[in-house]
Amino acid sequence: MAAPRASLRLVAPIWNGSTRSIHGLSGEMAPRGNQRKRTLLQLLTDCFCDVEALREYLLQKQLSNVHWKNRSFTHIEEQYGPYIGGAFFILKQGGAVKFQDKEWIRPDGRGRFSLEFLKFQAVPVEAVDASGCAINYQGLDNLLSMKELQSLSLKRCPHVDDWCLSHLHPLANSLQELLLAGCPQVTERGLACLHHLQNLRRLDISDLPSVANPGLTQILVEEMLPNCEVLGVDWAQSLKLELEEQPRDTA
Amino acid sequence: MLRTVLQLGLGRNLLIRGVGTRRGGSTLDWDGQVSEIKKKIQSVLPGGSWNPLYDSSHLPPEHSDVVIVGGGVLGLSVAYWLKKLEKQRGAIRVLVVERDHTYSQASTGLSVGGIRQQFSLPENIQLSLFSVNFLRNINEYLAVVDAPPLDLQFNPSGYLLLASEKGAAAMENNVKVQRQEGAKVCLMSPEQLQKKFPWINTEGVALASYGMEDEGWFDPWCLLQGLRRKVQSMGVLFCQGEVTRFVSSSNTMKTVSGGEVTMKRIYEVHVKMNNSLEYQPVECAIVINAAGAWSGQIAELAGIGKGPPGTLQGTKLPVEPRKRYVYLWHCPQGPGLETPLVTDTSGAYFRREGLGNNYLGGCSPTEEEEPDPGNLEVDHDFFQNKVWPCLAQRVPAFETLKVRSAWAGYYDYNTFDQNGVVGPHPLVVNMYFATGFSGHGLQQAPAVGRAVAEMVLEGHFQTINMNPFLFSRFYLGEKIQEQNII
Repeated sequence: MAAPRASLRLVAPIWNGSTRSIHGLSGEMAPRGNQRKRTLLQLLTDCFCDVEALREYLLQKQLSNVHWKNRSFTHIEEQYGPYIGGAFFILKQGGAVKFQDKEWIRPDGRGRFSLEFLKFQAVPVEAVDASGCAINYQGLDNLLSMKELQSLSLKRCPHVDDWCLSHLHPLANSLQELLLAGCPQVTERGLACLHHLQNLRRLDISDLPSVANPGLTQILVEEMLPNCEVLGVDWAQSLKLELEEQPRDTA
Repeated sequence: MLRTVLQLGLGRNLLIRGVGTRRGGSTLDWDGQVSEIKKKIQSVLPGGSWNPLYDSSHLPPEHSDVVIVGGGVLGLSVAYWLKKLEKQRGAIRVLVVERDHTYSQASTGLSVGGIRQQFSLPENIQLSLFSVNFLRNINEYLAVVDAPPLDLQFNPSGYLLLASEKGAAAMENNVKVQRQEGAKVCLMSPEQLQKKFPWINTEGVALASYGMEDEGWFDPWCLLQGLRRKVQSMGVLFCQGEVTRFVSSSNTMKTVSGGEVTMKRIYEVHVKMNNSLEYQPVECAIVINAAGAWSGQIAELAGIGKGPPGTLQGTKLPVEPRKRYVYLWHCPQGPGLETPLVTDTSGAYFRREGLGNNYLGGCSPTEEEEPDPGNLEVDHDFFQNKVWPCLAQRVPAFETLKVRSAWAGYYDYNTFDQNGVVGPHPLVVNMYFATGFSGHGLQQAPAVGRAVAEMVLEGHFQTINMNPFLFSRFYLGEKIQEQNII
């Protein structure tokens, strides 16, 4: 534990310097004249007896923030049903939703979206585009009640991991397209449990940095899902090759 | 000459005494003081006991509130929850005593690392569900500032349990219980099984149960190191050594019927340093026995089971080491990426290992052919005679396999009912158990650690009711009926 502690100490003086009022974090240097300040300091020392504790607290805060973002809107779900509840969750996250035979609904640049879709209660959700959203295992629960979901895009989602992929099995009957490109936490271990999704027709597993052997993984996934078109490394590679070859052709 | 010297000495003595009394202040006898100084000088001389330059930093502390015997995954989990649930930061001083910091023989590192909810007992299912939740959020529970996140390498491929016609009814009941507790388990007929996993031979299979999520296997070493790192940052002390003795006080009490009962309380643990005779007595309030396969010996040290047979004092902790082999083989035509951990009707199991067509598995030997647990040597004939026939019968592709390597590890085998022992001993009142899980200790460790910590801090179980797992069941003869022990 020597290394993290040492680096913590490196951080401490900077932090103390920038916030003068909490200068005497140990409590001994607290000004005696100002009673109110002293109690505040005491409170601080009681709660965070170390800078490490404070930083740990901030770390936990950061983690719980992701949880808070992935809370489900139970009141909306109860009032309008699972489709609207899930759609509201995705739109709130910044993703896009497509109801059956309707246009894509996307939030604008400020994250605002019109609430017109609230009247589509009986219309099932057909496609969800959650690219780049902070969705995690807990948030995925909102999508699992959409039994008619055909296309799900989880491109570049930082919190989607192998646990999430194993969580998708309730959608096995409907899901036809799954896009996982660019998810930093997805590995071949999670891809192995996609064999539950027997109706899958299109799977994008290109650009997964955590997969150790992308080529071999792609072959094994293709073997596992014989009816599915798997976009993998060679797709990305051929794209690069084409780019390289094009100038030659013109020259 | 001699006489004059004596007289002089006596005279001076008398004189000094006289002076002392005349001053009337000193309370200590001069002779006593001199002899004390002499003793001090003697002890400072080479060979003496007092040594101010002696470095004792390798010794454990002299006092600790809780001493955990065994630094495996169960012991560390108890330490973690004790620190996590303490009312005030730094309120409890916890010392973990581990015999071997390389964990060369520890069951944790040598295990296959499976986790499943397919048990028959609601408590076991709850323990597993709690643990899987812990593992899913491991980077939140075991987050350490400035440390990289843990890579648990969890394979969510599930468990596939096969049942013969005889076991089908029991399996159906078990799955009902598992579903009630919230596990995602489904039943499969032989036809469905054949369709989903075409490489399986369904002969003799009447029913299969398959875990859809939260089941699979993970890297036990990662969990161990993650717990170690976190627990260290929370201020738990570690010490490499062996517990050789418990110093305890005893109280004799009479029951209503007139029988005598001796209540014991451990107040000192002697920790012997490795490769030396040096030991340190550690004063403590609570001892937690998480020594895994060797917890029976630790319990004996505390005097558990040293009474007339048939009484509570004479009831031993029925946990002993049992050797289990794990074989790793290569099979080019073997089952593919979707392979779950398959447990055959015969008791043999296997799972995929990595992507290179490697598999690992084994089988528990019958009670009669139990190997000698004295060493960790592997019996390769056991694979040829017992494991391979079962595997090849179930998966025809395994006819042409080639064993790559093998190892052996210990089960902390509970000979009474193959289930864990949790909670305090009724007579040695401050010894708590977290042991005896007979092969599923690793997967339940996070939940068991919490249960023990709750028992220590609150005096009762809060999250999961573990009352059926108390030590007293050995005396009362109440076996826990768990059917799915692999």
